[in-house]
Amino acid sequence: MSYEDIHHGRAYGIGVSHPEGHASRWLAQTAAVAAPILSRYGLVIGFLVFWQVSTNVGWINASVFPPLDQIIGALWKGISSGALIDDIAISLQRSGIAFLAAVALGIPLGLFMGQVRAIEQALDPLLQFFRQTSALALYPVFILLLGLGEASKVFVIFWATLFPILLSTIGGVKEVDAKLIEMARTYGAGSLAIFRRVVLPASVPAIFVGLRLSATTALLLLIAAEMIGANKGIGFQVMNAQYNFQIPLMFAAILLLALMGLAANAALVLLQRKLCRWALPQ
Amino acid sequence: MTLSNSIRGEVTVRHLSKTFTLNGQPLPILKDFNLTIRSGESLAIVGASGSGKTTLLRILAGLEEADGGDVLIDGRRVRGVGTERAVIFQEPRLLPWLTVIDNIGFGLETRGLSRDDARLVAQRYVDLVGLNGFEIAYPRQLSGGMAQRVGIARALAVQPEILLLDEPLGALDAMTKIGMQQELARIWKDEDVTTVLVTHDLEEAIFLADRILILPREKGGEPRLIDIDLPRPRDRSAPGFVRQREELLGLFGLH
Repeated sequence: MSYEDIHHGRAYGIGVSHPEGHASRWLAQTAAVAAPILSRYGLVIGFLVFWQVSTNVGWINASVFPPLDQIIGALWKGISSGALIDDIAISLQRSGIAFLAAVALGIPLGLFMGQVRAIEQALDPLLQFFRQTSALALYPVFILLLGLGEASKVFVIFWATLFPILLSTIGGVKEVDAKLIEMARTYGAGSLAIFRRVVLPASVPAIFVGLRLSATTALLLLIAAEMIGANKGIGFQVMNAQYNFQIPLMFAAILLLALMGLAANAALVLLQRKLCRWALPQ
Repeated sequence: MTLSNSIRGEVTVRHLSKTFTLNGQPLPILKDFNLTIRSGESLAIVGASGSGKTTLLRILAGLEEADGGDVLIDGRRVRGVGTERAVIFQEPRLLPWLTVIDNIGFGLETRGLSRDDARLVAQRYVDLVGLNGFEIAYPRQLSGGMAQRVGIARALAVQPEILLLDEPLGALDAMTKIGMQQELARIWKDEDVTTVLVTHDLEEAIFLADRILILPREKGGEPRLIDIDLPRPRDRSAPGFVRQREELLGLFGLH
């Protein structure tokens, strides 16, 4: 290997004008496409392959950890026969209603509280106290008050999702650069214009942090709520399949939950990209 | 009344006083301060830190309230901010979620113009400060000098009678700063506006101002006004310029 080789990249096999031509070029292009995918998802792929192989070979007890093809088969059967569709629908409804209610209350309330210092200071200790009280610990209280039906399930999810949204909205409003507000004031902007044109847009990134946290929390609480006193829903299916020793179905329900979480997060990231293009790295 | 109507951008400060409280001790910044800024002139305010130059500018802008005395603009007493004044701060203070052209049009929109109309006017000021091609860039994509140009264009776009500048080039590197000073001199020649520039850079003051107000460092000292009768465009290396700078440095006891 000479200096020339190194200098022209030949030593590393990345020479572009090589006589071997097409084959190596094709390989280089494939590598260029595959490299970022592998570096990001390589471990996931490796984990899935390991799971499949080790259950097939018998390193792992297949009745506790069924091979992936059985899990995916159970998931497909559940969806195509419609058995799981009802569960998905009811779970989406519970978490969706709760999440939307938390958004509808949390964002306006947070925007208001963040601006009025006296209210924020008076309510902050109470909020911190509520936030630190696990929603799951309060679930029996909600059941006592609202019964074992839909209301208590939706309410416990609502309760848990409200605080991340509320607190990050308050934080976002409080963090707004006072110098920008002063600037707007010198151009004759009144309080409404300052709110609409400075405070609100400046708070959007912080609000999204809360929304993404809440979406994760919503699914977490959904499962817990559905494991207690429900006869439908994905959380119920996880529990029910385990009781009946339908282990592939149990894992299928767990997989479904993970996919729902990923989908919710992806939807929020997409919305955030659309709304906060200005804040994203190039 | 017909006479005072024709005056545009004249500032009169009468018996102004302002005292801050620092660690429980009263700290007088301005005491019975009087000043007239002529219509259309460029006044630079220099002075050591704590001499009250920024406080004076903030009172003129209406961002700070004086303890006593009056500020009159074109003979009318003013309180608080007003649309006949625009402020350029040391930091550009751009809204990160607006593009360059919408940042420049911000003041126009707060005055009731639609976004499209504001953009139409703003485009003229994009050209004026030489930011063509950056209209739809976001502030984070701009260098410090470019961002400050946007801030300057935003202030000029509302066509103020009085432009108040609080160390506008203080945060820029030396090369960018000199380029921006030349640009400010060029812009002011064409715009019919009274400018008040707070700076700690004596050369900048001599380069840009018709008169320089020197605020005393020690309390009880008298503020001084110095005329800068140098031809424009000004040349930093001209003998008159150099002499003026030596004289000013002497006033500060610095040579």
